[in-house]
Amino acid sequence: MEVFLQQIINGLTLGSIYAIVALGYTMVYGIVQLINFAHGEVVMIGAMVALTVIGSLAGANTGMPPVVIVLAGIACAVPVCMAVGYTMERVAYRPLRGAPRLAPLITAIGISIILQHLAMLIWSRNPLSFPQIIPNPVFEIAGANVSGVQIAIISLSALMMLGLTALVYRTRLGTAMRATSENPQVAGLMGVNINRVIASTFVIGAGLGAVAGVMVGTYYGIAHYTMGALLGLKAFSAAVLGGIGNLAGAMLGGILLGLVEALGAGYIGELTDLCHVSWISTGLAERCAQDGHVVLMGSNYQDVFAFLVLIAVLVFRPSGLLGERVGDRA
Amino acid sequence: MSLLEVRNLKVAYGGIVAVRGIDLEVAAGELVALIGANGAGKTTTLKALAGVLRPSGGSVHYDGASITHDPSHRLVQRGIALVPEGRGVFARLTVEENLGMGAYIRDDRHEVRADLDRIYALFPRLKERRAQTAGTLSGGEQQMVAIGRALMSRPKLLLLDEPSMGLAPLMVQKIFEVIASISAQGVTILLVEQNARLALQAASRGYVMESGAITLTDAASTLLASEQVRQAYLGE
Ligand SMILES: Nc1ncnc2c1ncn2[C@@H]1O[C@H](COP(=O)(O)OP(=O)(O)OP(=O)(O)O)[C@@H](O)[C@H]1O
Ligand SMILES: [Mg+2]
Repeated sequence: MEVFLQQIINGLTLGSIYAIVALGYTMVYGIVQLINFAHGEVVMIGAMVALTVIGSLAGANTGMPPVVIVLAGIACAVPVCMAVGYTMERVAYRPLRGAPRLAPLITAIGISIILQHLAMLIWSRNPLSFPQIIPNPVFEIAGANVSGVQIAIISLSALMMLGLTALVYRTRLGTAMRATSENPQVAGLMGVNINRVIASTFVIGAGLGAVAGVMVGTYYGIAHYTMGALLGLKAFSAAVLGGIGNLAGAMLGGILLGLVEALGAGYIGELTDLCHVSWISTGLAERCAQDGHVVLMGSNYQDVFAFLVLIAVLVFRPSGLLGERVGDRA
Repeated sequence: MSLLEVRNLKVAYGGIVAVRGIDLEVAAGELVALIGANGAGKTTTLKALAGVLRPSGGSVHYDGASITHDPSHRLVQRGIALVPEGRGVFARLTVEENLGMGAYIRDDRHEVRADLDRIYALFPRLKERRAQTAGTLSGGEQQMVAIGRALMSRPKLLLLDEPSMGLAPLMVQKIFEVIASISAQGVTILLVEQNARLALQAASRGYVMESGAITLTDAASTLLASEQVRQAYLGE
């Protein structure tokens, strides 16, 4: 039971991060039907920039309180990522609007490679460690541990999801975004400058990605120029799970994926413990008697779950949990 | 001087020329009909006038200025509104959000609110369905949304592309009554219609378009009486 509760908490934390990254994929897809494979790299750049800022402020003995230092890291990462998001739309995707689907898709992969290598040139090949400057108190709830960082990640993510929902459903820009996503030509006839609305979508998605990057960096205490690839792929899976193009779907998909992954990691060892079936061979029975466990797959198989989920969704419900239609849009 | 002056307008889709150099004028306050068979180029003409398509040749002057190459989002600000063929309502937005999109360029909130009430008075059905997504409306109701939405921008020039398409006779009558009342309020209208008789009865002048060219233009009553029009477009 403790394991279960603990993995739920870990899963919610991870899931919140996936959800925020997934929103970046789904917003862009919703408005231009493009899978921006470079979004994971934007998240990575967010983590790297924040790390650089936090590291130098923490090292400079400024006497700033740690929370202020982390906020300063976020405050630098967000505009940098927004600029990256804007530039990528303006330079790479806008000229390809109206081109066959494959062209922007390949471009996205190209941008992601370029961004990774730029990051490698700037921040080196080595993993950089996030300075653990924030005191991270651990609370105990019913036998499970919740850390201050986990609480911060979950609540900040919830705030961002609420904020984004309000933006999309309550503001003029949000209505224009929804109108453009349905029919850009008619949105133009209403006076919407669709280029500006599309650029705003990229910028907002990148801003969310930047915060996600800081959150992952702080959670794992590490950042690396390749970290965006796997994270991006998982968040993309989460967006597909929820129904790509659908905001609520990305949030739901992210959280579910985090939970599946954490529970999977928590129980896979036990589930694949060959000692449950020790009768199949005497050799095995002997080893079980000695070690207690012969585990086939450990929690390092955690990453597999995201893709099992992705495959299952694509097979059984290609439009995702909350998606409406499939087919020509994908 | 005319509000809208089109000279030698040419529009092409890649290599396919759909409009081959037409001249067309609409004076302020006028209601002009543009009729023609399927594929004649009527929709293409309206889209070019609204800035959705870029002309490949010729010029468009509106209110004394050249708007030949202006994009649609600028033209709305100048007072040109297009009700597109097939209505083009935003299916996943509510009726009220759709109407709100029509007023996207305006920031006089109180006036917008008053205009919204006017649209609801014109189409009480829309008021009942204001919180419903537009995709769930019937075709006729969607046409009301499309027309109401265009009016919300307070256009000087209203371009209507087949507003009666696919509607039951009673609804067609209602839509034409609305068009007449909009026109009576001084809005200049260019009306494209398959229903040539109704269009020419509502309009003061008309143009007949065939394979991308204007083949005939005259007072609407003259066109209604002309042998050529009667045979080709009125089914007589
Ligand atoms: N997107 C497009 N690409 C290529 N050709 C097109 C395109 N849209 C229209 N056309 C062609 O341009 C010509 C004029 O089409 P248009 O839609 O303007 O006709 P229309 O007069 O509005 O007809 P209808 O009464 O059927 O609506 C047609 O031959 C049509 O096939
Ligand atoms: Mg047409």
